[in-house]
Amino acid sequence: MAKISVDGIEYEVNPANNLLQECLSQGLDLPYFCWHPCMGSVGACRQCAVKQYRNAEDKTGTVVMACMTPASDGSIISINDKQATDFRSHVIESLMISHPHDCPVCEEGGECHLQDMTQMSGHNYRRYDFKKVTHRNQDLGPFINHEMNRCIACYRCVRFYDDYAGGTDLAALGSHHHVYFGRHEEGTLENEFSGNLVEVCPTGVFTDKTFSAHYTRKWDLQTAPSICSGCGAGCNTTPGERYGTLRRIVNRYHHDLNGYFLCDRGRFGYDANNSRDRVGEALYRHAHTDGEPRKALSAIEGARQLDAMASGELIGIGSPRASLESNMALRQRVGPQNFFSGMGDAQLSCATEVISLLQEPGLNCPDIRSLELSDCVLVVNEDITNTSARMALALRQATRNAASAMAQDARIPLWQDAAVRELAQHSRSPLIILSPQGTRLDDVASDTFLGTVEQQIVFVQSVAHAIDANCPAPNCAPENGAQVTSVANALCAAKRPSIVSGLSAESLALIKATANLARALREYRHRHGAANPSVDLCFAMPEVNTMGLALLMKEGGGSLSSALSILRTGKADAAIVLENDLYRRASAEAVDAALASKTPLIVIDHLHNAFNAKAHLLLPAATMAEQGGTWVNYEARAQHSYQVFQPEGSTRAAYEWLVPNNPVRGPSVHGDALLQELAGESRSFAPLLELLSSRSGIAALMKSPRQSHRFSGRTAMHANVHVHETKQAQDPHSPLSFSMEGLLLQKDASLMSAAWAPAWNSNQAISKFQEEINGELKQGNKGVHLLARDGERGSYNKVEHAPEQGLAKYFIEHLFGSEEISAASPAIQARAVPAYACIGKGLAQSLGVHQHGLLRLCADRYSVELPVLIRDRIADQCVGIYCGGEVNRASLCGSVSIEAVAKDANVLASARAMFSHLVISDTLPREG
Amino acid sequence: MLRLIKDTLISQVVTLWRVFVHAFAKTDTVEYPDVQPQMAARWRGRIILSRDPDGEERCVACNLCAVACPVDCIALQKTEDEEGRWYPEFFRINFSRCIMCGFCEEACPTNAIQLTPDFEMAEYVRQDMVWEKEDLLINGTGKYHDYNFYRVAGKKIRGKDKGEALNEAPPVNVRSLLP
Repeated sequence: MAKISVDGIEYEVNPANNLLQECLSQGLDLPYFCWHPCMGSVGACRQCAVKQYRNAEDKTGTVVMACMTPASDGSIISINDKQATDFRSHVIESLMISHPHDCPVCEEGGECHLQDMTQMSGHNYRRYDFKKVTHRNQDLGPFINHEMNRCIACYRCVRFYDDYAGGTDLAALGSHHHVYFGRHEEGTLENEFSGNLVEVCPTGVFTDKTFSAHYTRKWDLQTAPSICSGCGAGCNTTPGERYGTLRRIVNRYHHDLNGYFLCDRGRFGYDANNSRDRVGEALYRHAHTDGEPRKALSAIEGARQLDAMASGELIGIGSPRASLESNMALRQRVGPQNFFSGMGDAQLSCATEVISLLQEPGLNCPDIRSLELSDCVLVVNEDITNTSARMALALRQATRNAASAMAQDARIPLWQDAAVRELAQHSRSPLIILSPQGTRLDDVASDTFLGTVEQQIVFVQSVAHAIDANCPAPNCAPENGAQVTSVANALCAAKRPSIVSGLSAESLALIKATANLARALREYRHRHGAANPSVDLCFAMPEVNTMGLALLMKEGGGSLSSALSILRTGKADAAIVLENDLYRRASAEAVDAALASKTPLIVIDHLHNAFNAKAHLLLPAATMAEQGGTWVNYEARAQHSYQVFQPEGSTRAAYEWLVPNNPVRGPSVHGDALLQELAGESRSFAPLLELLSSRSGIAALMKSPRQSHRFSGRTAMHANVHVHETKQAQDPHSPLSFSMEGLLLQKDASLMSAAWAPAWNSNQAISKFQEEINGELKQGNKGVHLLARDGERGSYNKVEHAPEQGLAKYFIEHLFGSEEISAASPAIQARAVPAYACIGKGLAQSLGVHQHGLLRLCADRYSVELPVLIRDRIADQCVGIYCGGEVNRASLCGSVSIEAVAKDANVLASARAMFSHLVISDTLPREG
Repeated sequence: MLRLIKDTLISQVVTLWRVFVHAFAKTDTVEYPDVQPQMAARWRGRIILSRDPDGEERCVACNLCAVACPVDCIALQKTEDEEGRWYPEFFRINFSRCIMCGFCEEACPTNAIQLTPDFEMAEYVRQDMVWEKEDLLINGTGKYHDYNFYRVAGKKIRGKDKGEALNEAPPVNVRSLLP
C-alpha cells in the first residue's frame, strides 16, 4: 500500500496502479475518456490532467496525465488546482470543436460519458467559429449504428474491438483531424462482441441499432437486475422496459463472470421478447379434435382448464431454459417419480457427469475471470466462441498472460497498455485448440489439432497418458506423437493450466477423457510439488439452466426417452411440458410417435413452435425479463434474476400456472416458497437458503425502485386508455417496486440494475459501485455455489467409446441461430444462416460436389438436403452439420451417409448469398 | 386630537372620494366570452407543437420535455423516417394533470413545444383532456419563427446531406492523402 495526497487529503492506494484509477477507486471525480478499466492507459485524450508536486515544499508543480503516472508512494497531487482545471477545460473545448449539435437526436444522450465529462470539466459554450469537420457514416450491419461526426478520437473502439476482442474489421483510418473509425468498406461488423462498442464508445458514434428502433432514454427505462438467457455462462444483464415492451439489454458488472462485456447474442437476442410469435393467450382444443384451430381462453379459464386436464396419472417434462422455480413447481405438481428431463438423454448423461466432476477435490471450476488468469488453456472440441462466447473472450485475454509476465520482468506496469503490447509483440501464452474445424480463436492459438470427436478422444487420452503413465492409454496410438508430447509439456509447464470443454458434442466419452486428462495433470502437479496442484476444468453449458435441471434430475426423475415411451403407450392421462420444444431434444420420429397416442398435452411456453402447435392446451409463459427466477450456470452458481416488468394479458411465470388450487394464479404465488422447499429437500440445493436470505434485506423498510428518479410520463403513458391512473403493479415478495418511489440505493450494488451516480449518467458510473476499480461490487450479490468439492477423489475413468459407424460427423454451433429464444430476435435472424453441411476439400472432390452445392444427408429413416460449405480447415473425412432451427439433430445422431445432389443455378445463387454473411475463420494459427 | 383626525378621518374621507370618483371611471370588467381578453404573448396556456420554417415537425422526440415535466404528464415515443429524421410516433399530454409551468418549453432544444395564450381548456369529460399529437401539432412556427434544429444538427436527413448544416465543412475523404 502506498500513501498519496490528493488536494491535501491522504489516501491509501495500490502503487501498482496509475493515479487516475486510484483517484476513481477513492470515489474522486476526475474526467477521462481513453482510459478503460479493462484496457489500461494510452494517454491519448489528455483529459485526466492533474497537478503533481515534487515534495511538500514544491508550490509550483507540473501538470501530468493521471492515467500515465504511477500512484507511487508519497505522491502529492491536486485535482482542483486552477492550472489543472483550466487545462482540462481547454482540452474538452478542443475535443468538442467538431462535435455536432446532435444531443437531442442522439441515442447516447442522457447516458453519455462525453456529456458528463463536458459538464465536469466546465465547458459549456462553443467559441470556435470555424467549420466543423464532418464524416460520412457506414452501414455496420443489423446491430450497430454509426454516426462518425460525434467522434472525439479517443481510440477506445479500436482498442476494444481489435486489441481486446480480436476483431480485424474495424480500424482507425485517415490521419490528423480526418481520423476515421470504421471498416475499410461498408459491411457488417464481424466480431462476436461488436455490441460492446455501444458501451465502450464514450460518445454516440456507435449506438445500438435495435434499441434505436424503439428508442427510450435511459432514465425512462424500467430496469431490474437480470441474467442472460443466451447460454449457460450466467452473465449479468440489465434489461430495460418501456410501454410494455422490452427495449434493450445492457451489461451489468459481475466481478467473477462477465465483467464489463457481453456477447452479441446476449445483447441483441432480447427482441424475441417482443416477437410476433409470442404466445399471447391461453389456447385450447379438445384432445380428440386435432387439426381444428384452438380457442382463446382468459387467464382464469386457462388455469381452470389446466386443473381440469391435469388429473389422474400425470407426467411432466422439465426444461433447461426454465427457471429452477418453474421446474420445481412442475416436479411438485406431477410428483418426483413422474418428472422427466427436458434434455436429450445424451445431454443429460453428460451434464450428470459434469456435476460429479464439479464435486471432485483437486479439480477447480474456474469462473470467467479466473479463466483470464490461466497461463495455458486447452480447449477440447467445444467451439466456445459460438456456444458460450463470453468465455471465449476470457480465453483470448488468457493468451496475454505471457505479455504480462514479460512486462513484470521488465518492470513495466501492466496498465501501460501500448508499452506492454510493444514489448510482447506476438508472444502469447499457450492456447491449444482441439476441434473438428477451424475456430474463431485460432488466430491466438499456439497449437491446433483438427480431428473428429473420436480422434480428439484418442488425442486427449494420449496426452493424459503422456503426463501420467498410470492413466490408461488409448486403444490406438495417435498419428501425431510429437504434438501429443508438446501439448503435454505445455500443460505440465503451466503454473495455472485450464481445460475447457462443453456439452455440444453430447459425448460422454469425450467428457470422461477430458476429466482423465485433468486428473493426470493434477497427479503430475501433486507429484512435482506445485503450490496449488488443483487443475481448472470447466464445461460450457448450452442453456441458461442446463446445470439447474441436471441437478434437479439427480434428485430423481426419468429420462426424456422414457417419458416419450410412456406417452407412446398411452399410460399417462395427461402430460405437462414446460418451456420446451421437444423436436429440439429428441428425434422427430420419437416425438411424433409419442404424440400419436392423443394423450392430452399441456404446454407452457413463450414462443410458438412446431411442437407446441400440437398442444391441446397452450399457456403463455413469461420470459426471463417478465419473471423472477433462479438460474444455475456452468459452474453451478445459482443466481437470481428479478422481474423487470409485468407482462400484459394472461402471460404468467410458468410456476404461477403450475401451483395447484390457485384459481387466480396472481402474483401472490411466489417462487421463494418453492426454492425453500427445494433447499430443504436436497443437500445440493441447500445453499439456496443463503441466496434467499441475501436478497431479503430491504433497507429502512423501503423497497428499491425499478424506475429511475427521472422516470417520465407517469400520468400520461396510460392516459389514452383511461385518464384515471391505475394503481402501480404490486410486487409483495420482491425488494423492488414497480415505481419511482423507494430508496434509490447509491454506492450499494445489492440491487443495482442500471448504474447511476450524481454527475455520472453513463455506464461509467459503475466505478462508484465498486470496492475499487475492477474490484467486487459493494454489497454485490454474486450468487451462491451449489456444489462443494466434497465428492470422491475420482480415479481414472475407463473411457468406453464405440467407434462411429459410417462417416464421422460433428454438429456445428453458431452464436446467432443455435440458441432457440434469441433466434426469434429479428437482429439475430439477420445474422443467422439456415442449416448447412460442411466438408473438406478432399471429401468434396471424391463426392463431386462444388462450393455451395447441395448435399443429401441420409440417416436411419431421416434424410435432409443441405447446402454445402467447403472449408479449408476441417478434419479429414468428416461432415459438419449446422442444424439451425429446422434440422432435427437427434434424427442425425446415428450413422449418416452423404451424397451430392444435382442442383440448379438458383439454388447455387441462394446458397452463395446465404453463406456470404457467415463469419468463419479459416486462418492458420500463428507460427511457433 | 388633531393627530387622531389626521391619522384616521382624513384617510376615510380620501377613500370615500376615491370610491366616488371610481363610479365615473371606465370599466375594467370584460364581458367574457362576448368580449375576448387581451392575453400577453408570453402567457402560459394551452401547449402546442409547432413546425419548423420548412413546414416539417419540429419535435425530434428527445424526451427532454417529458423528463422536465414536474407532474409527468407528457408521454411520447421516438420513431424515425427512412432518411434518419427523428420525430414522435405519438405525443400525448394529459392536460388534466398539466400545471402550465412551462418547464417543457424551457427544456425543448428545438422550440417545438410552446405554451400559447389560449386558456379555454375546460371539458365536461376528463378523458377529453388527454391530447394526442394530432391535437397538439399546429401548421406554423408559433412564437419562434426562424429556428430550424436540423439545419444546425449534424445528422443527415432528407434534403440535408452531411456537411450541409450550418458551419460545417464538406465530408472528409478518408482515402485522400492530402493534409
